[in-house]
Amino acid sequence: MRILLIEDDKEAAAYLARALREAGHVPELAADGDTGAAMAADGGYDVLVVDRMLPKRDGLAVIEGLRAGGDQTPALILSALGQVDDRVVGLRAGGDDYLPKPYAFTELLARVEALGRRRRPSASDTVLTVGDLALDRLAHTVTRAGQAVPLQPREFRLLECLMQHAGQVVTRTMLLENVWEYHFDPQTNVIDVHISRLRAKIDKGFGEPLLHTIRGAGYMIRDPAR
Amino acid sequence: MTPLGKVVRTTAFKLSAIYIAVFSAFSVFFVLYIAYSTNVLLNRQVHETIAAELLGLSQQYRIGGLPAVVSAIEQRAYQPGASLYLITDVSGRILAGNVTEVSSELLERAGVDPVTVTYDRYAGDAAERTAMVQVVRLPSGFRILVGRDIGEREQFRGIIGAALAWALALMIGLALLSWVFVSRRVLKRIDSLSASSRRIMSGDLSGRLEITGTGDEFDRLADSLNAMLDRIEHLLYGLKDVSDNIAHDLKTPLSRLRNRVETALAGPADTERYRAALEATIEESDALIKTFNALLMIARIEAGSPDGATSEVDMSAIVRDVVELYEPAAEEAGVALKVDTPEPVVLRGNRELLGQALANLVDNAIKHGAAAGPTAPREVAIATARDGVALVLTVADRGPGIPAADRERVLQRFVRLEESRSEPGSGLGLSLVAAVARLHDGTIALGDAGPGLVVTMRLPIR
Repeated sequence: MRILLIEDDKEAAAYLARALREAGHVPELAADGDTGAAMAADGGYDVLVVDRMLPKRDGLAVIEGLRAGGDQTPALILSALGQVDDRVVGLRAGGDDYLPKPYAFTELLARVEALGRRRRPSASDTVLTVGDLALDRLAHTVTRAGQAVPLQPREFRLLECLMQHAGQVVTRTMLLENVWEYHFDPQTNVIDVHISRLRAKIDKGFGEPLLHTIRGAGYMIRDPAR
Repeated sequence: MTPLGKVVRTTAFKLSAIYIAVFSAFSVFFVLYIAYSTNVLLNRQVHETIAAELLGLSQQYRIGGLPAVVSAIEQRAYQPGASLYLITDVSGRILAGNVTEVSSELLERAGVDPVTVTYDRYAGDAAERTAMVQVVRLPSGFRILVGRDIGEREQFRGIIGAALAWALALMIGLALLSWVFVSRRVLKRIDSLSASSRRIMSGDLSGRLEITGTGDEFDRLADSLNAMLDRIEHLLYGLKDVSDNIAHDLKTPLSRLRNRVETALAGPADTERYRAALEATIEESDALIKTFNALLMIARIEAGSPDGATSEVDMSAIVRDVVELYEPAAEEAGVALKVDTPEPVVLRGNRELLGQALANLVDNAIKHGAAAGPTAPREVAIATARDGVALVLTVADRGPGIPAADRERVLQRFVRLEESRSEPGSGLGLSLVAAVARLHDGTIALGDAGPGLVVTMRLPIR
């Protein structure tokens, strides 16, 4: 993916760019709001990563400007502010996701990849499939190798979220945000326990496991054939 | 500022000045009004007297003719305190009377209202006198002049003027005196208050303003200021506490982190060892970030959350969400979660923060509920109820509980009881819950669930 990084902290930007490049993406850097807005306006980016506080033009203003011009490129806002309603303000300005600083790179990468994938029509597919696992969003049924797998409503949403991002890392906080719609930090391994229950239902007794734990990052559901 | 300038700038001076101005204006108006009405009254009396005398003389003329009038005038003119009388023939020659030299124009003005003139009473009388006179023309062409001296009235006017001047002088004098008294008193209190404030500001935060006990406005002011000082002192100690705690609870893991990296670098260059050290470092820094975020969050909440993030939220729905989130983890820990939310309880609040607070409580309860003795039932009861205009949320575990003496203390930042020191945690969980409760104008109380700990959060439903 082509990623535009608008970040004024040179060291952080260089680190991010290198890490994104290692993850197989093509990052480009802008060190201030004006440059960033101009580069973003030229288009061609899959995802924008925008720091909230920028010289010359505030990160939120950059995004608002793009949205006003009809540009819908997904944007991830990075913020060191961390105020209680900061996320609300960021998303209201047209941001698609929000990540408070300091963050783990794995978290950022997972979110950037999730945002980039958003543009694919998969979000509106009624049936999601990964290998021999199929999830029907309308009928609310899940089958593995043709065999029905009964799931609790929350487990269904958990699996749906993972399958929407099949082949990508989904972090614990992303799951909490998407499935439970809370943004706080669960103190303990609550998500892990949910995942292991889900895993018991969809992987246990079937051949190749689909649901993987990515150490230090989160989870990924993956088609073993690919 | 000059001493005079200082005095002029005081409220007491300004108030006194306004008081003097208003009162003087009122007094002057009042005295002038009295003088005016007295004048009108006296004028009318003079007019009536003149008219009556003229009428009498006219009647004399009708009855007895000219000689009767002349003799009447001569008779009246020489009585003490007499009016002015004059009778002239057609050519203006004086026949009788007690006035000399009257201008001929005056005599021509017969029959009109009285006019004020100056006259000489006797020949050779040097003093100019003022009188009000009226002239009547008799059918024979003779003229009668009758008048009253109004010198007395002028005197009266003078007396009133003097009285006015005296009254004003006295008033201003009294006002000045009262002002000096009031301002001295007020200034003394104010100076004492500001001296105390300065002393307190210069470092002695435990000092308080003096309250005289009279219950006057200065006492009320001092009382409010003292309450403010109490709050400031409390906040300052809170801040000092926090910075001490931060110094300890953040520096300890930081130095541990540094030591680990240092040890790894000092040892043999082995990739596996490096990897292990780096992974541990990331873990440790994540924990640090968590602590830091929690601290910031508490600080932000305590500073007051903007309205943007509040909405109508159903607390029982939040309870269900959180319980649903923690259910598997609780089960794994061997703790049963019991929920009692009979009805939706809607209040205006921040869903995220309420969720986080409840998650912290449930998380604590699971940890400590699981730490109960082997015979104790391992369960955590979460309930919401309405109590009048308040929502009561309780989270009770069956663990060892918290001794009554420590219950207040554990709500403070970084306070962890000895028993849980060894377990992971920042000591901020309950502080955050307390901060969230305060943000929603609510309270939090820790109690005995017999056995176990019960945390009760009361939030007003607006």
